[in-house]
Parts: sequence; structure tokens; C-alpha cells
Amino acid sequence: MSAAIKPKSTRRPSVKVTRKRIIAFLLILLGVFIFIEAGTLDSELITTLTFESTSRGEVPTVGNIPVSTSPYLLVIGILFIVSGGLNLFEFSEARPRRISLALLVLCGLLFIPTVIIAAAAGNETNLTTIVAESLRLATPLAIGAFAGIWCERAGVVNIAIEGMMLFAACFGFTTLFFLRGTALPLETAQLLAVIIAVLAGGLIALLHGWLSITFRTDQIVSGTVINILAVGVTSFVRREYLLSTEAGAAKLGNFAIPILSDLPVIGEAIFTNQPIFFLMFVMLAVTHIVMFYTRWGLRTRAVGEHPHAADTLGINVNRTRWINVCLSGMIAGLAGAWFSLEATGSFNDGMTRGAGFIALAAMIFGKWTPIGAFGAALLFGFSDSLGIRLQMVGVGFPVQFLQMVPYAVTLVVLAGFIGRASPPKAVGQPYVKE
Amino acid sequence: MTAAPPVLEVRGITKRFPGVLANDNINLTLRKGQVLGLLGENGAGKSTLMNMIYGLYTPDEGEILVNGEPVTITGSKDAIELGIGMVHQHFQLVDVLTVTENVMLGNESVSGPFLRRDRARREIEGLSSEYGLDVDPDALISDLPVGIQQRVEIIKALYRHADILILDEPTAVLTPQETRGLFKIMRTLLDKGVSIIFISHKLKEVLEICDDVVVLRRGAVAGHADPKESTEASLASLMVGRDVILEVEKAEATPGDEILNVVNLHVHDDRGLPAVEGVGFGLQRGEILGVAGVQGNGQTELVEALTGMRSVADGHIFIKGEELTGASPRKVTEQGVGHVPEDRQRDGLVSSFTVMHNLVLCTYYQDAFSHSIVVDDRAIADNARELVEQYDVRPPIINNIASGLSGGNQQKVIVAREFSRDVELLIASQPTRGLDVGSIEFIHRQIVGMRDAGAGILLVSSELDEVLSLADRVAVMFEGEIIDILPIQDADRDTVGLRMAGVREQSPMAGET
Repeated sequence: MSAAIKPKSTRRPSVKVTRKRIIAFLLILLGVFIFIEAGTLDSELITTLTFESTSRGEVPTVGNIPVSTSPYLLVIGILFIVSGGLNLFEFSEARPRRISLALLVLCGLLFIPTVIIAAAAGNETNLTTIVAESLRLATPLAIGAFAGIWCERAGVVNIAIEGMMLFAACFGFTTLFFLRGTALPLETAQLLAVIIAVLAGGLIALLHGWLSITFRTDQIVSGTVINILAVGVTSFVRREYLLSTEAGAAKLGNFAIPILSDLPVIGEAIFTNQPIFFLMFVMLAVTHIVMFYTRWGLRTRAVGEHPHAADTLGINVNRTRWINVCLSGMIAGLAGAWFSLEATGSFNDGMTRGAGFIALAAMIFGKWTPIGAFGAALLFGFSDSLGIRLQMVGVGFPVQFLQMVPYAVTLVVLAGFIGRASPPKAVGQPYVKE
Repeated sequence: MTAAPPVLEVRGITKRFPGVLANDNINLTLRKGQVLGLLGENGAGKSTLMNMIYGLYTPDEGEILVNGEPVTITGSKDAIELGIGMVHQHFQLVDVLTVTENVMLGNESVSGPFLRRDRARREIEGLSSEYGLDVDPDALISDLPVGIQQRVEIIKALYRHADILILDEPTAVLTPQETRGLFKIMRTLLDKGVSIIFISHKLKEVLEICDDVVVLRRGAVAGHADPKESTEASLASLMVGRDVILEVEKAEATPGDEILNVVNLHVHDDRGLPAVEGVGFGLQRGEILGVAGVQGNGQTELVEALTGMRSVADGHIFIKGEELTGASPRKVTEQGVGHVPEDRQRDGLVSSFTVMHNLVLCTYYQDAFSHSIVVDDRAIADNARELVEQYDVRPPIINNIASGLSGGNQQKVIVAREFSRDVELLIASQPTRGLDVGSIEFIHRQIVGMRDAGAGILLVSSELDEVLSLADRVAVMFEGEIIDILPIQDADRDTVGLRMAGVREQSPMAGET
């Protein structure tokens, strides 16, 4: 060893740009923004959070929480700056300080209330409505995301959820439209329409399976084909057969869940609702239980992760995939039925408006787990309902900006803490037996 | 040979693939409670034969008998029902599932549609203690080291009541310690009446554990051997078809000036924990420095830091006197450093590229292979044809996709690429892992040849024999430190073995023993 080179014992004092530091930096920026924004507000301004029933005043208001807007925002701003600062100067990578982590989580949790309070500045805002609307708007997204999980967990990419929804929305409504003139009672006709919608989704899934499993077409290409086909076919059907319809058909009726619907406020806002809304919760439970607690779920996951291993244990890979793709299509069909039969009682061209893709995003956000995907769908639903509310209230600056905020926050939180989402390993690869 | 009854017989099996006769009229017999060794070079047809017994391929001709009865096996399901279990060379385990889930997969214990993990877990615990396997049923596969993953594969077979077990190159991925553990498990299995087909090309192991050996060469049976009457040399020549020199012939090293100098190097592993702690050594031109050690003692991180693939936490790396601490891999490569990485699939090849493109991964941008921004595929192909021939890559088709090659041939592609450049410093990590004796002999001769031509060679290997036969000096790594560097004359198996276990040089006070 030459004398010129002296071993150094001190570590090089380098500040690495880590993901966490970037987030901390953004957090500080956000904190400063909120802080300044709060300073410009009238300090007397009070935002009242109310918990009212959605129906007009029959149930008394349960409680009002008056929040003094400006001081609240000042506090939040400082909190953000402090926790950002703590995280920015965190040097031991292996053992992060607990307090800075806790603060970061707290910031995340406080974020949505903050958005609501800031947006409603000085007005009353009804939290119950926001929650109920978020859930309602999340319905097709969540169910669509479950459809994606069934398919992708078995190793088949399904970007055709959008197309499957559109087909289902169209054929479900067409069924109802033609059954309207018959002697069938409305409920029966509606039930049949939903069933047809579900089957339509399944039928399109057969095409996806046929292309991508049997002929090993690239799964993205196969899905794209279906999406394009859906736009063409459904608008053709509408123009040929449905254009004569004037007001559309009756929407699916409300159900009241016994006992739960008697609860104050949420009984009416949430537990008295339309059937597909409730089916969302059923599908959440079913998807979770099947995927993680049954034989079928175990085999599905194995096939999506390592099909060759499943094959060596005598599991029929392609059969498993076929069945999952079909089920996925049927679930997507249910989501499609929401648009035409539950939400509007009519069918319009391209009425799913990209919900299938947002559902896929929710699935990825939720890391291919039903509960995670449901949470992500709720977030998207919240953002939608926030936009609607803000437009009604009328705020000073573009609504789209506030609407964007929950997504941005979630992105940052996900990127920073939950880390990279890893899809099932074999997703997108056709299985070729030797 | 004792006359134990045959449990599995293969008669006249032939299998053709397009353009290749993979198995040609093969006969073999496995007897109850015995180990049948199946030896052969890479691509001799061992795996094809086993895949037919396990139902993954169907034979074109011939028959298979289990317990004296002719059987047709059309899928792995049939094989499992006949009591045949197979531990594949590449483990067939689902990483994100637990041990229990992997074991029960395809043969789940259920009530109604619901999994009964508790029942399966109890059964696994039972098997685990009965055969001394010691596996935690609730661990995730991705958290387990390969040695334990292999035991999970064995449990999978036992759970399905296999009494014929095929182990396809089980020791290729194991450290010497893990191999010893495996042999102990195998002996327990034999005592309980399980019969084993043991595929390997490590001659020493075959001689140690097998009761009978069948040697395959180019798809046909080249001969039988009784391990009691065979030597490594006789098996090797049977396998390769010519005499093989197992001992590396090399002259005394003539070290020149220093080419690599490492000073107080600290490197962290993927989790940010220290993996290399204050390593320092020098390497001269014309010598081979072997780094011995049980895998996972920082060798991987050391090599990655030297080649620019991992950032250095502290310390310095000098190559040819120039500081290259934290330099990019390309910078390091351009200094005349060749690197044979430990994990060939991950770091050695782009597995979806062709052989010819893999052969120019570190030179494609240079004038020989590209004109401004356009690569010259003709020059690349010429280069590939030459190297494929010289390094005996099989099949010698330069447009083959790399992932389609057998492990040994993938390794040859890497070695061909790295050795064919103007290399002054070679960093070779497990350069012969998974290779057959013929290829090992070839690569060892190349390494010695490079040394004699004046290159410095850092050889990292968990095969102690490889280090001892090639190195001029032996460094032993233990828990992130080099605890001793011995000249080869002082490096006998026992001393190095002790150092590998962390026993430092004894002080003179301890006296002689």
C-alpha cells in the first residue's frame, strides 16, 4: 500500500437525493403555500362541517363542527413545513426516526379534510353528502378494478375493461328498452337487463381469451381491439335501435338494508341505495375471500406469478386463465350496467368516459389487492364528487386544480412510502407448454 | 450391487426435437432405496430424459416402468400419482407465496372451497421434523436462501407421497455447507425407502453419494460406472469422451506491477446495511488472487463495487494507479477490466437478445462494431461466429436467443465476451458455476493463460477447490472483512476452511497443535 494513500476513517458527508427527500421538499413547498394562502384569508372566516342527511331535512342535523378557517390552515401549514423539514434532514437510512414518519402519516391523513375546509372557506359543507357521493361515483371504478384483479392475478392483462363496460352498458340498456313494451313488470325487466349486461361482458371476455390465450396475441393488442370495437358497435346499436327513445328508462330502484338503514344520517345516505352500489361491497368481499382464502384463488395467483411451477404441479394453466378472464368480463359487465341502468337510465355513445382505464389505475394503485383497489377507487370517487361540489359552491380559482390535489397527494404518498407496485410476474406473457 | 427391486425402469427411450436427437435409445434402472447418478455434459440430454419421466415431455419411442408395471405419463399429474417427485434445476416455487401455500398448491387441503392452511402446515411440520428438513412453513419463499428453497421443493414432493425423487443438478446452486446438508437429508430419505435419481456434473459428489452411475453423452448412454471402482478421472473421460485434465497445470506466477489497489473499502448491501467493512488488498499483474468464503459474506458487494455496479460508501479503488472509486461500469470496462458476474441471468446477459448481440454488450459502440450511430451487424455477426466456434457454444447458432441456451452455454457466451477483449484485470465471480468438467477445464486454462499474458485476476468463488487449484494467493472473506491473505503454499483446505468459518489466525501464545 503506497504511503500517499491514507485510509480515511470518516464517511463522506454526502446528501443523497432520495425519494423521501423529494417528498419532504414537496411537503415544505405545500406547507408554505398553505401558510401564505391562509394569511390572505379573513381571520373571522368560519367553515362549518355538517353531517346532514341527504334527503331534505327530515332527519335532524346530527352535528355541526365550526372550524375557524384561517388559524386552522396556519396550523396545518406549519405542520407540513415541520414534518417536511424533519424528513429532509433524516440521515440514517436504515433506521428512520419514528416521529418524522408519524408526522408524515399525519399530514397524509389531514390532507383531505384540509382540502375540503380550504375549498369551502366560509361556507357550510356537508360531509355526509361528500362521503355518499364519493362512494356512489366510486362504484363503477371499484367494480372495474375488481374485474382487473381477477384477470391480471391470473396473468392476463385486461385493458379491455373499458370496452367490456361499454358493451355491457349498451346491451343491458337495449334489453331494458325492448322489454319495456312487454307485459313484464319493471323490476323483472331491470333484473334481466342487468343479467344481459353481465353476460355481454363475459361474451366480450371470451373474445379476449380467444385472442390472447388461444392465439397468444399480445394481450394489450387484444384489449385495444376490444376497446375500439366497443365504441363502433355500441354507437351503431344506439343509432340503429335506440335513437327513437326519448326520456330513457327508469333507473334501478333503491333498496334499504334492514336495521342499518334506520341509523341516523348514514342510514339514509349510504344504506338506502341502488343495487349495484351494494354489489360493489359484495364483490369486494367475494374478490378478497376468493383470492386469498380459497383453492381457486391460490391457483389463480400461482398461475399469474409462475405458470410453469403451477404446471409442474398438475394445474391446467390455460384453463385457469380462461375461467378468470370470463369472470373478469362478467364483473366488468356489472360495472357497465351501472352507467346505463343504475346511474342514468339511458345509453349514450362512449358513456363510460374512460372509467375502465381509471379502474385499471385504481387496481395498480391498490397493488392488485381488492381492498387497496377499493381504497383507490374511493379516492378517485372523492375527487370527482369534490369537483362537483366545488362547482356548485363556486370557488375563486379553477375547480380542476383542487380536484387534482387528492391524486397528487396520493401519488406522492404512494411513491414515497408504499413503494413500487409490482404486478403479478407472469402478467402479459402467454403460457406456452413445451 | 445389492439386488433391491427396481422401482423405475426406462427402456429404449428416444426423443427428437426439430433437428436434434435429444435422447437416443436410453435404458436405465433405479432400485429401491438407492441413488442413481446421472452424469453428463451440458446438453447431453439429462434434463430431457427427466422431463419425460416427470411427464413434461412425451417420449417418441420406448417405455417407462414403475414398480415393474409399464405406465404412460402424459402430464406431471400422472407422474405425481405414480409417486414421482422432481426438484427442478430452476426451482418451481412462487416467490410471493408462503412455504405452506407452495407446498399445498395443486394438492390443497380444503374444506369446501376454502383452504385449510393449518392442516397443511401441520403436515409440513411433520415432514420437516421426520426428515430433518427444518423449514418454517409460514416464511415467504422470496425471503428464503436457495438452500432452504430446495428443501421446500423436497417437501413438495414428499407431501405428494413421492417415493421416487428426481434431483436435477441440486448442488449447482448450493454452497459446500448446504451441499453437505443436502446429502444428510438424502441419506435420511434413503433410509425411509425413497429412491433418488441424482443429476450432476460434479464428479466428487456423484462418487460420494451414488450407488450406481449412468453417464450420458450426446443423448445416448455412454456407459455405466460403479462409484466404488471409479475415479473422478475415469468418470470425466467417460463423460467427455476423451481424457480430461482435472488438475490445472500452471507455472509459478511472475507478478509484475500493481494493477488493482483497494483501500479501506466500505460497501452497503441492498438494504443499506454494511456488507463490506474496511477491505483492503492489492493485486499485481500476472497473479491470480482467489477470494474464498461462504457465500453472503460480502463477496457479491465487493465485486459489484469494484466493477462500478454498486456505490461505494467509503474507501478507494485504484485501477492501474487511477482512482476509479464510484466510476460507471463503462468507465471501468474501458480501463481494460473484464467482469464475469455471479448471476449470469441478471447481470451477465440480456436474455431476450441474440447470442451475437450479447457478445458485444460492452463493445457495440466502438468503431469495430458501429459507424456513427448505426451498429454494424455484419461485423457483430463475424465476431460472434468466431467466438462461438472458439468457445464451443452449443448450439453454435449466433441468432439464437440467449435465454434459450442451457446455463452452461450462457456462461460460455459471457466468458467469450469478457475474455476476448483486451483485458488487463479480470474480475471473475463464480466463473464455472453450473458448467461441466470439459468446460471448466477450458475456462480454467483460459484464466491461467490470461495470467501468464500479464493480466491480474481476481477470482471469487465459493468452490474452495476452484480457488485452491487456480489461485496464487488466497484471500478469505468473512462477515464483510478479508480476515487473512495466504500464499498458496500455506493455503491448505483445513486452514482456509477455518478462516472461512471466521477463525482468525491464532496468536503464537496459543501454542502449536
